[in-house]
Amino acid sequence: MSESAKPHHPSPQGKGEKTHGGDFSYVGIDAILEQMRRKAMKQGFELNLMVVGQSGLGKSTLMNTLFKSKVSRNKSVQSDPEERIPKTVEIKSISHDVEEKGVRMKLTVIDTPGFGDQINNENCWQPIMKFINDQYEVYLQEEININRKKRIPDSRVHCCIYFIPPTGHCLRPLDVEFMSRLSKVVNIVPVIAKADTLTLEERGSFKQTIREELRANGIDVYPQKEFDEDAEDRMINDKIREMIPFAVVGSDQEYQVNGKRILGRKTKWGTIEVENVAHCEFAYLRDLLIRTHMQNIKDITGSIHYETYRVRRLNESNAHLISQPSDHPAGSLLQ
Amino acid sequence: MASTEIARQAGEGVRGVPLAGHVGFDSMPDQLVNKSVNRGFCFNILCVGETGLGKSTLMDTLFNTKFEGEPTQHNQPGVTLKSYTYELQESNVRLKLTVVNTVGFGDQINKEDSYKSIVEFIDAQFEAYLQEELKIKRTLHSYHDTRIHACLYFIAPTGHSLKSLDLVTMKKLDSKVNIIPIIAKSDAISKSELAKFKIKITSELVSNGVQIYQFPTDDESVAEINSTMNSHLPFAVVGSTEEVKIGNKMVKARQYPWGTVQVENENHCDFVKLREMLIRVNMEDLREQTHTRHYELYRRCKLEEMGFKDTDPDSKPFSLQETYEAKRNEFMGELQKKEEEMRQMFVQRVKEKEAELKEAEKELHEKFDRLKKLHQDEKKKLEEKKKSLDDEVNIFKQKKTAAELLLNQAQQAGGSTTLKRDKERKN
Repeated sequence: MSESAKPHHPSPQGKGEKTHGGDFSYVGIDAILEQMRRKAMKQGFELNLMVVGQSGLGKSTLMNTLFKSKVSRNKSVQSDPEERIPKTVEIKSISHDVEEKGVRMKLTVIDTPGFGDQINNENCWQPIMKFINDQYEVYLQEEININRKKRIPDSRVHCCIYFIPPTGHCLRPLDVEFMSRLSKVVNIVPVIAKADTLTLEERGSFKQTIREELRANGIDVYPQKEFDEDAEDRMINDKIREMIPFAVVGSDQEYQVNGKRILGRKTKWGTIEVENVAHCEFAYLRDLLIRTHMQNIKDITGSIHYETYRVRRLNESNAHLISQPSDHPAGSLLQ
Repeated sequence: MASTEIARQAGEGVRGVPLAGHVGFDSMPDQLVNKSVNRGFCFNILCVGETGLGKSTLMDTLFNTKFEGEPTQHNQPGVTLKSYTYELQESNVRLKLTVVNTVGFGDQINKEDSYKSIVEFIDAQFEAYLQEELKIKRTLHSYHDTRIHACLYFIAPTGHSLKSLDLVTMKKLDSKVNIIPIIAKSDAISKSELAKFKIKITSELVSNGVQIYQFPTDDESVAEINSTMNSHLPFAVVGSTEEVKIGNKMVKARQYPWGTVQVENENHCDFVKLREMLIRVNMEDLREQTHTRHYELYRRCKLEEMGFKDTDPDSKPFSLQETYEAKRNEFMGELQKKEEEMRQMFVQRVKEKEAELKEAEKELHEKFDRLKKLHQDEKKKLEEKKKSLDDEVNIFKQKKTAAELLLNQAQQAGGSTTLKRDKERKN
């Protein structure tokens, strides 16, 4: 934190200025980056991830692997066997404070036990959609308040990781239905769970099929094509789009491989290394979610999904109360 | 069907978990900073001070460029604000800088309303942001923020104390913007006088309850430098864009016959301190304070003024919309009532006027009748008179004919003697 970025001294360019070299003409505007960084470190960050998928696909394990700690309770360790499969879709959200190199983050993992587990799975996405919309609602209410908090606590779901069972064939109707509905309200990152049951060729063709199906159904998963900001972004995101959905393997147990202790799954025929990109794409998922695109994910949630919700909500109450054109701003009385 | 159970585990006491390895979210601040760099920054400074105190020159010196505009004349009828926006770039940081100057401040004979246009300007910027925030379809992330982040108040270097105009203006502005008072053209004051002047100014500000911007001391990395700087307020600055050769370097300075005042020499003036504080250390904090303190205060006051109130968590949402609706109905009701009143008044007056006119008509009729009657009476009387006159004339005629007859008879019977006697009598 106390590493002050020692700037080299280029000269600022403004309107009709005289260029000099050296300390003389350095204004110091770029010190704002350092100020911003300091402020961000002090405030800390928030991240809300939702995992959706049938039980037994390794959701909790993947969360634990991603964050290298027990952030999600594993269902299999539950003592009461009757509670194993819930009768309805529940939403369980657990928060943890994690810290790394001075950066504090409040991580919330939202689990959805019971999704897709019943015989009749109609409308099983409804509780999830309701939860996501409720979070938007809470944020909206706080924002509309007259006396509002300095920093509105952000409980909006930033990213939803959808687990696709590794059948190797194609997407199931439930998957298509869920993803097409939810991709409109939240960023969806589909992953192929337990990918160690697929060979590399099977994996490739499965992914191809999934991508085609997503395209055919008009499902826009993260990173969405329309939100690419510039050519550089598009290039990076295109590469990612080539790899979606990520075939991941999760594990929270360490094994000894080549003298190193690494996370993996040990089987009779070998050990699958979770972080080895030749074995599975966990590392790519982790990089996407955490190391490179976390801020982008949060921004899209905040500025696009939340705004869409807000527009719809404000128009709803407009139409409900008065019969005026829907573009009527809520605060035009202030003019 | 499916139902939800939202079980939040240990909401308040969020557990901390240790990480078993490198996860990688320590790059979050970098991601955030990169995003901001792509978006660019904006910073708005308001310079308040009398004409001729060197505001434009100081801005030029601070940002090391030549901003537009010629020096203003002293004959402005009122205080106006002129703002200029510039795009500056340093390494990879793009800054949209807006400098707002008060033109004609302190030049009028009656300065009572000088502060008003400044307060209105600041409020207008807040209003614009509030409007954008309340829109249904809004674009906050690409909105060009014009709210004033810092106000540099230029104090004239009299060496005595603050002018009353200064006190009044600063008092009005301190709840709306971050005020940083600076002593302009401070090369006119000697060092000892300067120390006394600064003490006097700070004590006057404190005794009048003016809240100037305090550099933040809660972050350890800058707490020390900020607190020392806080004790140096108000900064005594000298601005200059001309360069003078000192030793073997070209420095910004003002050259006098008796010596040279170097702008960037800390012994000569506090310019370097100002630049440090304003730009290099606290720019982000200034922006944050403007947003979280001054803007929120404005927003709260404005919304309360409009009659909006926060609703309880369990009552219906969208207090804004409903209050708006209620107000609208109220307003329409009042409007209708007023309309009714006006209509009734109108009807009333029409009635009155009608009654008046009827009265007048009646009177006229009466008068006409009276006159007619009079006329008839007159006529009757005249006719009677005429009749009586006629009667008399008739009688006279009869008498005359009778007399003539008698005369004729007498003539025939009598003789001419009577005639002679009559003739004599006649003569």
